[in-house]
Amino acid sequence: MTKMNRITKLFAEATEPILNVYATAGYPNFGDTMTVLHALQEGGVDIIEIGMPYSDPVADGETIQQSNQVSLDQGMTVAHLFEQLKAMRQTITVPVLLMGYINPVLQYGVEAFCKKCAEVGIDGVILPDLPMAEYESEYQAIFEQYGLYNIFLITPQTTDARIAQVDAISNGFIYMVSSASTTGAKTGISDIQETYFKRINGMNLKNPRLIGFGISDRASFLKASESAAGAIIGSAFVKLLGQAQDLRGEIVSFVQSIKGKK
Amino acid sequence: MKQSFQVDERGYYGDFGGAFIPEMLYPNVEELRSRYLDIMAEPAFQKEFQFLLKDFVGRPTPLFKAERLSAKYQTNIYLKREDLCHTGAHKVNNTIGQILVAKRLGKNKIVAETGAGQHGVATATVCALMGMECIVYMGAIDIERQAPNVARMRMLGAQVVAAQSGSKTLKDATNEAMRHWINNPVDTHYIIGSVVGPHPYPDMVARFQSVISEEIRIQLQEKEGRDYPDYVIACVGGGSNAAGAFYHFLDEPRTQLIAAEAAGKGVNSGHSAATTFLGRPGVLHGSKSLLMQTEDGQVIEPYSISAGLDYPGIGPMHANLSSTGRARFFGITDAEALDAAVECSVLEGIIPALETAHALAVFEKLHAKPEEVIVVNLSGRGDKDLSTYQQHLKLND
Ligand SMILES: Cc1ncc(COP(=O)(O)O)c(C=O)c1O
Repeated sequence: MTKMNRITKLFAEATEPILNVYATAGYPNFGDTMTVLHALQEGGVDIIEIGMPYSDPVADGETIQQSNQVSLDQGMTVAHLFEQLKAMRQTITVPVLLMGYINPVLQYGVEAFCKKCAEVGIDGVILPDLPMAEYESEYQAIFEQYGLYNIFLITPQTTDARIAQVDAISNGFIYMVSSASTTGAKTGISDIQETYFKRINGMNLKNPRLIGFGISDRASFLKASESAAGAIIGSAFVKLLGQAQDLRGEIVSFVQSIKGKK
Repeated sequence: MKQSFQVDERGYYGDFGGAFIPEMLYPNVEELRSRYLDIMAEPAFQKEFQFLLKDFVGRPTPLFKAERLSAKYQTNIYLKREDLCHTGAHKVNNTIGQILVAKRLGKNKIVAETGAGQHGVATATVCALMGMECIVYMGAIDIERQAPNVARMRMLGAQVVAAQSGSKTLKDATNEAMRHWINNPVDTHYIIGSVVGPHPYPDMVARFQSVISEEIRIQLQEKEGRDYPDYVIACVGGGSNAAGAFYHFLDEPRTQLIAAEAAGKGVNSGHSAATTFLGRPGVLHGSKSLLMQTEDGQVIEPYSISAGLDYPGIGPMHANLSSTGRARFFGITDAEALDAAVECSVLEGIIPALETAHALAVFEKLHAKPEEVIVVNLSGRGDKDLSTYQQHLKLND
């Protein structure tokens, strides 16, 4: 038997809300990727989501778009990212996901990409523009061969029938988008969203959920975590990366403040 | 007729097509996919669509024998006069169709992208006609080079929003329109302006534009005693006017399909938008097609003098026509297009759009025989391009 995927292990053993933080690779500077990973882990993050920059990230709002462009302008590519992550598992113990768009993965080669993920110790990927039907017919077998989890998104408009399909095909967790929006467009959690969270909780899904989009601080993190296993912070953290004077120190204290460790 | 170059049930043209969209768009695209054919088949829909094409758009558009061009190239050249459509281009055929679909889906707001501004104007026009709110995203660079169309959209009551990301042209306007739709999924319909985007858009837009080749068949029968030409020529940005002009000839082996792409300053100059020459299979704006991209899969910013052809991709139907060899693609440079625009103006009294001029530049390369019949789709008129013509042709001296 292959060893248990770090994501599965984390959810099985977690005693407090899980914090997943998104950081664009090679941002703010090309060489910062590992510094950011180390600081996130030091602060106590539970999952790290590394954004593979893309020229046309349609699901992302301005903050993440801009960080993608800066990173690309500094020369980041999928190949460079794997190079930066090659010794990652000597020090990083938390689960690590790659988030990005399907085209760079297609150009790298799906099988080569999965193989490289397994080599460097990536636990799962989030590819918002890879639809479920396409995944099932073309990609699932390859992903599974390399023990890579594909994380699917659901939104307030996703029907119960489709959520059941997502649950059946998912491993690790389901990414629950809090509202119909691009990333960073809205902040906070409203009553309408809570109704949606309750509906999902009533479905007895086999996979745990993390809530993302609109989570920016400890209050919204805790609020979301009442309705799920934890939450995901993206734009708010990327904003911090773009402005930080003391990259390591500010990341550590940001994560600690969200986790309530300070 | 067996239509093997048409879309299949999975939304593919051969290896190209599909619906590569984030989950946030899935409900809208799925609703459209499951209903568009039924809606379009409703007699009430067809009645309203045909009525508007006739009395609002001014269809059928003439098929005009261009005698002086024919004499020059020693063949028989017909111009399909889409420039005479209301708003000045073929784009309105699609926007009329889509706004009628949007109404039946219960939507009351419209978002669209535009490059040259022709699709934006055509969308703003049908929104005014139907009393719907209209937002058009347009690249900041295109807003400058197509100023008259920006003014027209605003006069028609549309809100024009500048896309400031990326290359600030059509690709980025499309990204912004998609983001707008993601943020407004319930009350808004996205009217895509070409045969691009996730399935069912390429097929739906091709069907709305197919009125072009439907009319060509009837008109050629009257004028030439046969209902097919030897060649159909059209320019290709995303490919909607070409899809419409090719549609009823896709599976007619006696008709050669000819597509003109924008080669900018030359196919290999690094300043080009000739996707079938420079592109590889990839995913952009919801479908798998040919795409100009780096080795790493980042989309390359294209270049063309013509805002409507300045797009790094191509509709999946055309990617399939190109890779199967069913259509022949020519790369036409800025300079060749400008020459062809002048030629059509002085020989036929018709100032074509810059996009269309790329199709007109093909005559020289085709070497058609004296007995052969060519139909070129005159997709739009050149009023919107006058400032570019003035600048490049030194018309002010
Ligand atoms: C007159 C005209 N022709 C052609 C095009 C290119 O679009 P498509 O390839 O979808 O016909 C445009 C786009 O703006 C246009 O305005």
